[in-house]
Amino acid sequence: MSRSAKALLAVVLALSASAAMAQGKYPGIGRVATPDEVRAWDIDVRPDFKGLPAGSGSVAKGQQVWEGKCASCHGVFGESNEFFTPIVGGVTPEDVKRGRVAALISKPELQRTTLMKMSSIATLWDYINRAMPWNAPKSLSVEEVYAVTAFILNLGEILPDSFVLSDKNIGEVQKLVPNRNGMTRKHGLWDVKGLPDVKNTLCMKDCPVGAGGKVQIVSSIPDYARDAHGNLAEQNRVVGPVRGVVTAKGAVAQAAPAPSEPGALANASNCLACHATDRKVVGPSFNEIAGRYKGDNAAPSRLAAKIKDGGAGAWGNVPMPPHAGMKTEEIQLLVRWILNGAVPN
Amino acid sequence: MRPCLLFMSADQTGRRPGRVMRAPENFLGPADIAAVKAGRRDFLRNSLLAASAALAGAAAPLRAADGEAAILNPSAFSTSLGQPVAARAYGLPSKYEQNLARRESPGLTRVSAASVSFAPLQGFFGIITPSGLHFERHHQGWQDIDPAQHRLMVNGLVKSARVYTMDDLMRLPSVSRMHFIECGANSGMEWGNVAVPTVQYTHGMLSCCEFTGVPLSVLLDDCGFDRKNGKYVLAEGGDGAGLTRTIAMDRALDDVLVAWAMNGEMLRPENGYPLRLVVPGVQGVSWVKWLRRLEVGDQPWFAREEAMHYIDLMPDGLHRQFTSIQECKSVITSPSGGQKLIDKGYYSITGLAWSGRGKIRRVDVSLDGGRNWKQARLETPVLEKCLTRFNIPWVWDGGPAILQSRAQDSTGYVQPQSRQLRAVRGTRSIYHNNAIQSWGLADTGEVSNVQVG
Repeated sequence: MSRSAKALLAVVLALSASAAMAQGKYPGIGRVATPDEVRAWDIDVRPDFKGLPAGSGSVAKGQQVWEGKCASCHGVFGESNEFFTPIVGGVTPEDVKRGRVAALISKPELQRTTLMKMSSIATLWDYINRAMPWNAPKSLSVEEVYAVTAFILNLGEILPDSFVLSDKNIGEVQKLVPNRNGMTRKHGLWDVKGLPDVKNTLCMKDCPVGAGGKVQIVSSIPDYARDAHGNLAEQNRVVGPVRGVVTAKGAVAQAAPAPSEPGALANASNCLACHATDRKVVGPSFNEIAGRYKGDNAAPSRLAAKIKDGGAGAWGNVPMPPHAGMKTEEIQLLVRWILNGAVPN
Repeated sequence: MRPCLLFMSADQTGRRPGRVMRAPENFLGPADIAAVKAGRRDFLRNSLLAASAALAGAAAPLRAADGEAAILNPSAFSTSLGQPVAARAYGLPSKYEQNLARRESPGLTRVSAASVSFAPLQGFFGIITPSGLHFERHHQGWQDIDPAQHRLMVNGLVKSARVYTMDDLMRLPSVSRMHFIECGANSGMEWGNVAVPTVQYTHGMLSCCEFTGVPLSVLLDDCGFDRKNGKYVLAEGGDGAGLTRTIAMDRALDDVLVAWAMNGEMLRPENGYPLRLVVPGVQGVSWVKWLRRLEVGDQPWFAREEAMHYIDLMPDGLHRQFTSIQECKSVITSPSGGQKLIDKGYYSITGLAWSGRGKIRRVDVSLDGGRNWKQARLETPVLEKCLTRFNIPWVWDGGPAILQSRAQDSTGYVQPQSRQLRAVRGTRSIYHNNAIQSWGLADTGEVSNVQVG
């Protein structure tokens, strides 16, 4: 045993001994976590930057990462609302000065972006680090997380093109976050004993209702939307005091089908986030793929390998991420389904 | 509004308007009916005899039977051998119940791994949600985690950071309690106007189960947490989202559970198998699924789901942060939007009430859009931070009505009207809409989602 290994063993033994002493009530339950284990899992970053690893990343590097791993869902400028709510937009230089986003009041119709809502840059850093990219969370390096964070603020015209974000200057950058003064905790909904802000009474007779004291229906489902949630007759029990109203023939909000059906499998495997049957989304449509490889006997195995390992170039520059978690037979099922026209179940 | 829509009190059952019974199933075709009308008085009797004989495959009875085919004719299920035990090793609902299923609201989200499926409240009885119909909300898809590989770590302001296996946790002294779980955004689509047709979509991010686990306080004690500086606990999921939420220490030490079981079996994967946090009274996002880590700290964390989402926009442009408690709320589940009453006559109006601050004290029901109210009966049990079922008898005379329920909890707080909520919070809050729900009943018997003002 090397000297360092011996030293480590001594530390571990000392820790377990102290833990055994500390632990009187439930002997044999649990153990002390090793420092490496705590480091591996304790990845959270607080607004005071406790937990932020040392490092840096440039806007330029961020753009590179963004275009490879983020833009396909979030749009080249972080503006896309095709899959997720937009990240960039709605903030002004005046907001950056003031720390409050004016559009939250002046433009109530505007979809709220990440930059409009975010009050702490730590939230952004922490979330990218733990949960992005969408289909490969926790795969970015520390440099890449700094870089993408910097690039998002650059897209929002908050940081210049030449900026390099680091643990040293992130506190200064926090002072530029547009909605940093936009949160309040003055309300009664945090504490179980908190005071409510809305009051009603137990009035029982001739109670005030509408503006004129009269009961008026002010909102209802418009006729054209009657079947927007499918046929309600098929969403209610067939016995009892009521039946579901027949609202549509055909278009039914289906209960989740078994994922052994290829269409459901494509959905469950998140294929449909980037592909559709008959139109280009991020990647090519299933019909385009079927058309290109028609009659190509080697295509099924090539396409299966592409789904498994990822690929780029055949349909443009946006790469398809690998799907290492999918079973081979699932991939083969999907390939057959796509090449046969991707008929919905 | 017609004034003749009356509640029934227990001692005044009234006369039930006769319901027109259907003829025995399809004995008579159009030609036969014409024949009966034309005066062939013995026709019906003969026809019934023939039908009974054909169905029974037996000798024709000596005289015409008078009654329903469902009774008079032997059925296949009472005259044949049934299925053996364990034909379904894990039982399933009847095939006649398949309409009651979790469903997405079309157009609400664009990526189904970061979406919601709503529980079919319109079909539930009592207060317990069947495990397979519990609503779902995932932030990065659900996982089915091997329990032998799952670990729970407790670190931060503790004497020693510790790791527990599922074996460890399930040896600890457990408790079982029933609690509701409601997404903070439940009814969020209805802040400004009516948007969805049924109670499944207006209120279906709500479920209530019996949970079994170890009190969080037991684990925090076992790790020797810092009682002076430890003001908050961070809970973190083991899924791709690594979802994190801050919980106040006084909550954490009160009734929070680290749970592995739901309704007598292990948690379903969609609900966090093998381990989730149960934070009674607090919005569902804090009930972290696939729980892998708890950290004790002296400040809140501002995780994404408490600093970018689950923040409530107020009319002054400020977002309320850390809005956790689900305030007192109720809804009539039957009859409710998208349903049609089968006939005039007697009904038991029924629904659910709940409060994140305690027990339900009373529920009132109105049939005239909130002008006049009558107290409903609470079904037992009535438990802390748990759904309570209420009902009230009613005879429908065929006229229009607007049905509402209004709950009061043990703190005295009364569930508000939409206009009272909007006066304080505007219409862009998304979260924490606990307004009184209105269901409009037309004289056709059809019920629809309406808002009154």
